Amino acid sequence: MTTTTATDPATLAALLDRVRAGREFGANVYSTLDVLQVLYDRVLRITPETVDDPDRDRFLLSKGHAVAGYYALLAAKGFLPVEWLDDQGGPDSRLGDHPDRTLVPGVEIGSGSLGHGLGLAVGTALGLRAQGRPDPRVYVLLGDAELDEGSNHEAIAYAGATGLGNLTAIVLDNRSASHGWPGGAASRFTVNGWSAATVDGRDHDALHTALTGHDHHRPHVVVAVVTDGK
Amino acid sequence: MRDTFVTTATGFLDDPRTAIVLADISAAAFAPAAARHPDRVLNVGIREQLMVGVAGGLALTGLRPIVHSYAPFLVERAYEQIKLDLDHQGVGAVLVSVGASYDRAAAGRTHLAPADVALIDTLRDWTVHVPGHRDEVPGLLRDAVCGEGSAYLRLSTESNGQPHPDAGDLRVVRDAGPGAPLLVVVGPLLDEAVAAVADRAVTVAYTHRPRPFDTAGLRALAGGEVILVEPYLAGTSARMVGAALADRPHRLLALGVGRSELRRYGTAADHTRWHGLDAAGLRRSIDAFLSV
Repeated sequence: MTTTTATDPATLAALLDRVRAGREFGANVYSTLDVLQVLYDRVLRITPETVDDPDRDRFLLSKGHAVAGYYALLAAKGFLPVEWLDDQGGPDSRLGDHPDRTLVPGVEIGSGSLGHGLGLAVGTALGLRAQGRPDPRVYVLLGDAELDEGSNHEAIAYAGATGLGNLTAIVLDNRSASHGWPGGAASRFTVNGWSAATVDGRDHDALHTALTGHDHHRPHVVVAVVTDGK
Repeated sequence: MRDTFVTTATGFLDDPRTAIVLADISAAAFAPAAARHPDRVLNVGIREQLMVGVAGGLALTGLRPIVHSYAPFLVERAYEQIKLDLDHQGVGAVLVSVGASYDRAAAGRTHLAPADVALIDTLRDWTVHVPGHRDEVPGLLRDAVCGEGSAYLRLSTESNGQPHPDAGDLRVVRDAGPGAPLLVVVGPLLDEAVAAVADRAVTVAYTHRPRPFDTAGLRALAGGEVILVEPYLAGTSARMVGAALADRPHRLLALGVGRSELRRYGTAADHTRWHGLDAAGLRRSIDAFLSV
């Protein structure tokens, strides 16, 4: 069953403003919003009531600095009270500049240091497989600059070699890697046996098609390209 | 100890919660287990960051991972994964190393890990087991795997002549009476330590579980002079002794593997001697300490 409740853009914008509280957000926040909306509106089988269900889909935010839109979306979906968005980062807030899974309902991993989410996602996918749970899927969101971290390439090679079919990586490509990825970020995955789709990171229908385009026999990567960065 | 570990860990796979994560080291020894349990015996190749990250992910789904490699590659190379993919996520694993401080001395610096316990000790609430004999391994592994939280089990080719089971809390192996200096020795250095003070009035207490350290036992046994003998970096447990005895005047001699890079090969026995941890070397240090 796929959740199809669309997040009202005006509501999300208002919630994001509540997190922002007059601060300036960088491209990393805005470039991630569309893919988060498509995931939570149309792809992920998870609700506030099923955050502890072992058969839920998992969404792991590896680029933990892109957290403001994530918090706003979790609030819009009812995972956390909207009041929590006020005073984000304050001394009594549960919402840091990077998310902590032990403090925020619906957050699957604590992240912030880059290059940890994909390895954790591979382990989560293996754990679900070992327990005979074929339905839940593991999604992990990375940035193109985050791909610089070598730990990702350990995970990409191994997941491809072992045909980890319940794993989807999403690379939010806002062209921020200092030395780029000549030939495209997706090629780093496909050479290791992943299926891949590279799409416009603003196009919700294209994102939905790509995010549901896996074949269950090998890991899948979606490269969501966002070049305007707003 | 490694063979005993492989046999014991393989047995734990009967519990569907148990998983073993490897990075090529000992993969051949675990091949029969992997053939029976391909989904729970996972060799990720020579990828230690992934090895620990995978363990974190497995634990997030409710499994109990045993993670195994050479000590420097398990603890030092993937330290941030241990800190973040296990501790920060609020999940636990059992880390089991081989190689110890200088088991493969001829391999040189890259395969020496005297600082492993000190590094684990920067983390909170870890249990550390340092067996002194292969027959101590199964019980310690069972405690770790069946327990909660995270544990580090440090295996070595160095060994005492006899096993001393149930030595998590300090276990007196030689009692020199009230007020005698107390020598606390960890793991495979027990025989050397006992020989070092054979004709000295020194009480010897043994433990193969330096964390959590048996503070109550130390307070009960210690007089004014304490000698620590540890098979890893010298002084690793000095802070435990200092905190335990903060309310009494005492002197402490903390012996263990030195910090200097010797750039010498040879055998483990050579390194034990060069670091002053053989019976003769320990006796020299202890006599100097007690003659003050």
